[in-house]
Amino acid sequence: MRTTPKSSLFEAGQPNVDEKSECMADVTFTVDGKKLTAPAGTLLIEACRKAGIEIPAFCYYPGLSLQAACRMCVVRQEKVPKLQTACTTPVAEGQVFITESAEIAQARKATLQLLLGNHPLDCPVCDAGGECELQDMTFKYGAGESLYVEAKQHREEQKWSPVVYFDRPRCILCYRCVRMCGEGMDVWALGIQNRGVTAVIAPNGGDHLDCEQCGMCIDVCPVGALTSGTYRYKSRPWEMNHVSTVCTHCADGCKVTLGVRSANDGMEIVRADNRDKSGINGDFLCAKGRFGFDFVESAERLTQPLVRNAAGVLEPTTWEKAIKHVGQRFGAILHEHGAGSIGVIGSTRTTNEENYLLQKFARTVLRTQHIDHERTGDYATFHGLLAGSKERAASHRDIAAAPAILLLGGNPTEEHPLLAWSLRTNVRLHQARLYVANSKAIRLERQAAHSLHFSEDGYDALVRRLSGDGAALADVTGAGAFCDALGAEESLVVVCGAEFRGASLAALMRWGLSRPGVKFALLSDSVNARGAADMGLYPDLLPGYLPLAGEQPLHDALAGMPTTSGKDATAMLEAAAGGGLQGLLVVGADPFAAHGVTEGALKNAFVVVQDCFLTRTAAEADVVLPTASLYEKTGTVTNCYGDVQMVRKAADKAGVKSDFEILVRMAGAMGVDVRTLVPFGEFQGVRADMGQTRGAQAGEADRHAVWLAANGLEPKLSPFDPFAILDEMERLVQGYALDRLNLFAGNESSTEPGTGFVSIDALLQRKDGVVATHPGLFDSGLLSERTGALQAIGKYQAAQAAQAAD
Amino acid sequence: MPRLVSHPDEVKIVTSRFGKGAAKIDTYLELGGYASARKALAEGAEWIINEMKASGLRGRGGAGFPTGMKWSFVPKQSAKPKYVLVNGDESEPGTCKDHLIFLHDPHAVIEGTIIAGLAIGAKMGFIYLRGEYRYLIQIVERAVAEAYERGFLGKSIFGSETEFEVIVQTGAGAYEVGEESALMESLEGKRGVPRIKPPFPAVVGLYGGPTVINNAETIATVPHALAMGGAAYAAVGSERNGGTRLFGLSGHIERPGVYELPMGYSLRKMIYEVGGGVRGGRKLKAVVPGGSSTPVLLPEEIDIGMDFDQVGKAGSMLGSGGVVVIDDQTCMVEFALRTIKFYQHESCGWCIPCREGTDWLKKSLTRFHAGFGTEKDIDNIQYIAENMMGRTFCPLGDAAAMPTLGFVKKFRKEFEEHLHGKPCPYAHHPEVELV
Amino acid sequence: MSAEAMTLFSPELAARLDALVERYPARRSALIPMLLYAQDEVGYLSDAVIDEVARRIGITPLDVRNVATYYSMLRFQPAGKFNVQVCTNISCMLRGGYKIFDRFQERLGIGHKGVTADGLFSLEEVECIGACCWAPAIQVNYDFHDELTEEQVDAILAQYRSQNAGGR
Ligand SMILES: Cc1cc2nc3c(=O)[nH]c(=O)nc-3n(C[C@H](O)[C@H](O)[C@H](O)COP(=O)(O)O)c2cc1C
Ligand code: SF4
Ligand code: FES
Repeated sequence: MRTTPKSSLFEAGQPNVDEKSECMADVTFTVDGKKLTAPAGTLLIEACRKAGIEIPAFCYYPGLSLQAACRMCVVRQEKVPKLQTACTTPVAEGQVFITESAEIAQARKATLQLLLGNHPLDCPVCDAGGECELQDMTFKYGAGESLYVEAKQHREEQKWSPVVYFDRPRCILCYRCVRMCGEGMDVWALGIQNRGVTAVIAPNGGDHLDCEQCGMCIDVCPVGALTSGTYRYKSRPWEMNHVSTVCTHCADGCKVTLGVRSANDGMEIVRADNRDKSGINGDFLCAKGRFGFDFVESAERLTQPLVRNAAGVLEPTTWEKAIKHVGQRFGAILHEHGAGSIGVIGSTRTTNEENYLLQKFARTVLRTQHIDHERTGDYATFHGLLAGSKERAASHRDIAAAPAILLLGGNPTEEHPLLAWSLRTNVRLHQARLYVANSKAIRLERQAAHSLHFSEDGYDALVRRLSGDGAALADVTGAGAFCDALGAEESLVVVCGAEFRGASLAALMRWGLSRPGVKFALLSDSVNARGAADMGLYPDLLPGYLPLAGEQPLHDALAGMPTTSGKDATAMLEAAAGGGLQGLLVVGADPFAAHGVTEGALKNAFVVVQDCFLTRTAAEADVVLPTASLYEKTGTVTNCYGDVQMVRKAADKAGVKSDFEILVRMAGAMGVDVRTLVPFGEFQGVRADMGQTRGAQAGEADRHAVWLAANGLEPKLSPFDPFAILDEMERLVQGYALDRLNLFAGNESSTEPGTGFVSIDALLQRKDGVVATHPGLFDSGLLSERTGALQAIGKYQAAQAAQAAD
Repeated sequence: MPRLVSHPDEVKIVTSRFGKGAAKIDTYLELGGYASARKALAEGAEWIINEMKASGLRGRGGAGFPTGMKWSFVPKQSAKPKYVLVNGDESEPGTCKDHLIFLHDPHAVIEGTIIAGLAIGAKMGFIYLRGEYRYLIQIVERAVAEAYERGFLGKSIFGSETEFEVIVQTGAGAYEVGEESALMESLEGKRGVPRIKPPFPAVVGLYGGPTVINNAETIATVPHALAMGGAAYAAVGSERNGGTRLFGLSGHIERPGVYELPMGYSLRKMIYEVGGGVRGGRKLKAVVPGGSSTPVLLPEEIDIGMDFDQVGKAGSMLGSGGVVVIDDQTCMVEFALRTIKFYQHESCGWCIPCREGTDWLKKSLTRFHAGFGTEKDIDNIQYIAENMMGRTFCPLGDAAAMPTLGFVKKFRKEFEEHLHGKPCPYAHHPEVELV
Repeated sequence: MSAEAMTLFSPELAARLDALVERYPARRSALIPMLLYAQDEVGYLSDAVIDEVARRIGITPLDVRNVATYYSMLRFQPAGKFNVQVCTNISCMLRGGYKIFDRFQERLGIGHKGVTADGLFSLEEVECIGACCWAPAIQVNYDFHDELTEEQVDAILAQYRSQNAGGR
């Protein structure tokens, strides 16, 4: 059934794109004299778009139900008396179409004239001016002269929420927003009221929106009827540069386009949206991704290094002085106390390159294994189990296309909005079967084919039941049917939340690995939580989860590091308080807050913090170095599904530096030859014979050069070039042999676990140290707390909830 | 109470029980009621469809689609239940025939619904009446209750193994809901916006099941056509237009009313003999032959037989059979305006050409009629209407554009007489907003 | 389905609506009749009525509004006890529909969509009501009055005034 009755507008779950058409036979038909081929039943408009023939459309939107309402896509079909709408015409063998002719142009022009008759034509002050589909169509079909002399309807713009505004006269009633909100988001907060020319898009609160504030309605609006509270009247589209990067708020890693323009103190972000839709997030972006960028401009932002003075007060200073001070102090501690006297706590919000560099700096320069990060997912166990199993790790796209998904624990709607979107879309468009097992009720059960509820300890029991223990979950109704249905799935992706770690995770994965066709994904909480783990910010694991002892090239690169496991974050803090650790370097983390360190507890240790804001830890540090946020740097991050994506510098803030540059300069200040840290420039051993020198006589950097040449890459010329580290990472970190072309083109490149990991038994004996932070739809901790728009949404939502409660 | 009229030229088939108290089931049975349903039950689906094809009965809702053929399109096998849907939304201006059927002969509609159900293998039928017809809904509901009491409806109709249920449904004021797919939407509790076709209702209709939708008059005719025999019924009408039709004569006519006349009956005779001519002996200016959406005919164009083909050939349509007679004292600009005002009010708003086109036409005509028109307006009105034609999502857009084009083309002179601030040459009424 | 625990409606209407939702192959089919019957009793579709109907059908109030605002017989403000609906569409217009409408305007002192101060009458110009052959025609609530002359307007108003006085 290709054509879905449009009535599905108010009913969830009716697909319009029948992906099964992919298995349908190809047919050949003619469009504008060209022979085209597509699977039978493909919509003509899609078939044409794929062949580069653009058919104009307002109401048609890929993936949403069909409307045939705007009549812009009319085409002539041979032997059919009336013009046909390409958006509802399935192609069949031998059909002949004309998509541009005088007759068709006239039809489209007339439709535009009719629309413009009542349209305010306020393009000069409209946010969409310059990127408006109505403007573009008018330009193309030239409905220039006005035939309309009647007064136009004027209505005041309405504020539907802190971030969604509606300008009714601009609305052309394409119903995209209504469908996106209902079918796409499963929120159903927008409706169509009245009829005829009085028909209007209406929000569920009467005059306001009670919804997830995702802003998807704004995104799909082809004109300027729905505008964004964070962008409206701020800029013209052509005044901005559009930089495609990765959202900094959660571990799903949506691609986001930042609109930036110059400001007094650098480049400012004026908008975040989802322009090109080419990322793993497709059409999607949540409230945090779309509206959560003004932390960058927060007044609380640190822009000068701070050093604690003799009076015990943090005092602004220059970068040179601050770095020199840190170098001297760290050097002195090392000199005095030797290896293992300094601890390092890294970030889940910095890039892979920075994290790799941080552990390398820690291990080779600070000569310590006291390295950790805020762990929100047990990736060590995850990788330990996947060792040697190819194709068992699920990328985000694997999940989005899987025929069956088992979601264990977690609450994606709140904590992983993109995952929730992809699961909904997969169910809606491809009839995927979703299995939800959770100790709480979650929204995604609405899409689930089977759901199961049990108490918090039910997860392990479920795994036992799946593994054949019929007594497990015996008292939970439906458990048998649930497991039987799961058992019948030939291909399954298991997505699990932080409920699964250590032994639980191991049991689950052992069950899955014992069956063919099962893939896994493990959720975590911040943008680069997975990357921090992959890059070896562990006291006992090297990048790629390799053991400390070994003879891999990575071990050569980390030559000189201590070979016994270090302390984890808790132990480090305890040791520092007790005088067992003399120095602490904290990068983009707030361990004092996370671990409840009492004030002044660490006053005897030398504490250096790199961060954007004066966190609790920073407030008690000896030196605070203001860093660039993820939107102000270049590099890569890895989402919780193991997809690596490029982060591109969009904004710029005077006074701050990237963590990468800070670490390199710190090493320099400690008298280290930074080439040993960052392979750049004319390496020792290169001797102009790049690619020819081999074997034992070649130095590390030389081998690096060989690899570079073999991969068609050039040497990096600056010690601050993160791509120099990316090169090394790709070469040395298991699973990070990335598809560079894809990555640099802005697509994701997925990692694949390697082999030679720490033994699973050893892993299961250690403490997993996972503390889930449970971010919310508008909450990502540090950054969201300093984002005006997200704070405003949070307040608004709380007020809505309070109102609903009474 | 609507007045019944009669004329010697009438052939009373569908109206044969009017005025005889047939809304009561006993009377209906005395007058031969439910015999066709019993026979249909005995003979089976194929016989019914063949008889219906032989009868030449064409849909009375407007489009004139052959009923037997429509029923034959319903697939024999279907995973989803099939339905019969009787269209009693009757809202086309100039049309009030179904009104009389529901009032005088509701059992004929019920019997026809049963027969349609037997023909396609449906177990449930709906009779949808426009919301304004509340008193008629009560009459039909009472009749349905009687039919259940007698066992003509229910789990085993007429004592057979066959089940058939009938539900009477009310609308709530929307002309567009008369369009068959919008009707299904409305019956499913939604906005009356039409559906994308294909799939057609015969394949995917109500609740996703195959559905036959017929006008109430079509359905009420069915028992009669079967009783007479398809061929005999066909013989009453003209070529390819079987039987009779209920023509509603209204407007400036001496004896307005609903008359049952054979298909193909002369329009001239209908006006001058059956209807007694133009009221007050005035001159005829124009006739709208089949409800407000059909283009006007001029006095010199009325020498045609009133059937689907002949009226079509004359450049208009037989439509719903509502013949509106207009005398020479009428302002055609005002008439055009009142017509378009209706379509503007009733456009569902789904598609651009209809939603914006009807509104624009209404505004232009309002201004024009008020004496503020320009020469260019006349062309613009024509331009808009031409660009709506055939481009809208459903036929309502055409229904608005067609008559407008007719008025502008046939009465351009009268439009021109309104130009340059001249007052309307006829007494006219100031416009009132319908919201 | 059990009867609503809390209802705005009379026991009779509540019982009728309880039965209504069970009548169709899909619950939602009861929506339009339910709205109309609720309006008949309450006078208009208040927010509370919409909420209750939404609950009874099992859809959101927004969805109810989407549907309700489509249909012209449904209203969101109270009308008069007797809602006078004058057809002015073509067949009625040709036979004096506007004159009838004018007479009502004049007698009631209100215009289109107006309500008299005492709340007894409201007036509406409406589209074709299916009485074209008996034009001009009006409906007062659900009662038809056809083949009208301007002179009959007073009698009709008097009839409803006395009906009101009679306590109905
Ligand atoms: C805008 C519009 C309004 C319509 N209104 C009615 C109506 O009120 N009653 C009716 O029987 N058919 C109406 N129709 C025609 C129906 O769509 C459908 O063709 C008819 O009910 C089929 O029945 P028939 O084959 O018996 O004529 C309307 C069509 C359109 C496009
Ligand atoms: S033509 Fe378009 S707007 Fe008009 S009634 Fe049909 S679908 Fe609705
Ligand atoms: S895209 Fe086909 S009608 Fe709008």
